[in-house]
Amino acid sequence: MIEVNNLSKVFGRVTAVDNVSFNVAKGEIFGFLGPNGAGKTTTIRMLCCLISKSGGEARIAGLNTSDAADSLQIRKLIGLVPDNVGLYEELSASDNLDFYGKLYECPADRRKENIETYLKMMGLWEKRDQPAGDFSKGMKQKLALARALVHDPGLLFLDEPTANLDPEAARLVRNLILELKQQGKTIFLNTHDLDEAQRICDRIGILSTKLLAINTPEELTSSVPGGKTVIQLERIDEAMLNALKKLKPPNFSIEENRFLIDVADPQKENPEYVRALVAAGGNVQFVTRSNPDLEEAYLKIVRDNR
Amino acid sequence: MRLSKSWTVAAKDLRIFKKKKVIVYSIVFFQIIVSVGLPLIIKVAESRSNSVRAAALPQVLDSFSFWYVIGSSILPLSLASYSLIGEKVQKSLEPLLATPTTDEEILAGKSIAAALPGLAATYLGATLFMVLMDRITHAKLGYLYYPNWNMAVILLVLTPLTIIYSIGVNILISSRSNDVRSAQQLGALMVLPLGLIYVLSETRVISLSVTNLLIIAAILAAADVAAFILAKAAFQREEILTRWK
Repeated sequence: MIEVNNLSKVFGRVTAVDNVSFNVAKGEIFGFLGPNGAGKTTTIRMLCCLISKSGGEARIAGLNTSDAADSLQIRKLIGLVPDNVGLYEELSASDNLDFYGKLYECPADRRKENIETYLKMMGLWEKRDQPAGDFSKGMKQKLALARALVHDPGLLFLDEPTANLDPEAARLVRNLILELKQQGKTIFLNTHDLDEAQRICDRIGILSTKLLAINTPEELTSSVPGGKTVIQLERIDEAMLNALKKLKPPNFSIEENRFLIDVADPQKENPEYVRALVAAGGNVQFVTRSNPDLEEAYLKIVRDNR
Repeated sequence: MRLSKSWTVAAKDLRIFKKKKVIVYSIVFFQIIVSVGLPLIIKVAESRSNSVRAAALPQVLDSFSFWYVIGSSILPLSLASYSLIGEKVQKSLEPLLATPTTDEEILAGKSIAAALPGLAATYLGATLFMVLMDRITHAKLGYLYYPNWNMAVILLVLTPLTIIYSIGVNILISSRSNDVRSAQQLGALMVLPLGLIYVLSETRVISLSVTNLLIIAAILAAADVAAFILAKAAFQREEILTRWK
């Protein structure tokens, strides 16, 4: 659905996006993670044909984003929820959707049907005649999502769709995104929320001007070394603590009756720690491995590439 | 360019204008002041001293008619400012530009929306002005002064040209401003040359004959072309998203 090859964008002397390449398959939720100023919004804007590229190539459904004729076609195929929802606050929810439906060349009967379908899906049908300016942040976000869907696009670009929402509204929006995936839509999601990315994205790209990593959330976390070994004992005393210290682990902590030890080579080091603790009188209940979560993986990848 | 798209944008803007009372009042008040106020000045002057000479009336009326040119430069100011700065403030330009609509179609839609209310108000106001003036001056002049060729040139040539110029200038100002009032104040500076023409005609330095009005129209047409080229350059989606403040 999306093919990006060596895409770059330079503003004056500042490189916002540097030689980024990736593909997004049809029906996939692809998440873009990155710090502020990483080039996430710039990438979305290039893919939505809103700004030109400085180098490389991007194709949406086989159409070239740089070609003027193709760009009009591309814009018919996509829906965009920008980071600022940008609704017409004086117009009603229904009028907002109707206006965009017309611009997206959606025929009148289908437009009417879609407005009803998506306002109902977002739980806004009862408030369809209320001005958008009267809506809460969460309702506005849902209305912006309905606006992006009013012409039935196959591909959705969502730029920070849950930013500034309370947890309940954010969960609602996330559930809607998953529902749209089930309908076969491809979703390109920019987010700061690592938990959200881990929960709903099929694959994640980590961007910091350059694309630092791209994989499934599971692969990203397991590819980062530095997991912890968790050794749970019946109780911890001074002798066990000294026994552990003698082995000089790079870092460890104690949580209740558990040692959390940073381990580079678990197959070699774990038996040594267990033997030492048992020799010191420890009664080991279980040994398990704690892999870094996406946040740790993300922070490590971004730090390593600074 | 597809006019249906431009009309969709214009219709949306007109709908928003209707909900903004300040816009509606500014258009209505201006027309009341000019279309009723100016005939009243003649009426009061006539009734107090009977000092208005019949020979001097045509020049005074021609100068008064020029208020409709000045008005057509002022009326689109608030509309164009709300239309563009309103979109900037509400951050609605990005989703709008993401639709399969060209920059020219959006620009044309915004221009139509800014032009139509001013044009309609000017024509309605001018009709009222002409009827009232004719009633007041008919006895003195012995004939109906309006409609005449001067007014025809003012309403059919100068008014549309001034509106186009006003919108072009306002698009340029709006691209650099985030505040409707400051944009209007800056835009109001374009009234100065037209105000100068009015003062020169009132002080009888120049006469607003049909020929002179057509010369002003030619200058305005050239200014329109320049303003249109600059406005089109400012209204590029990349420019809007990356440089508009």
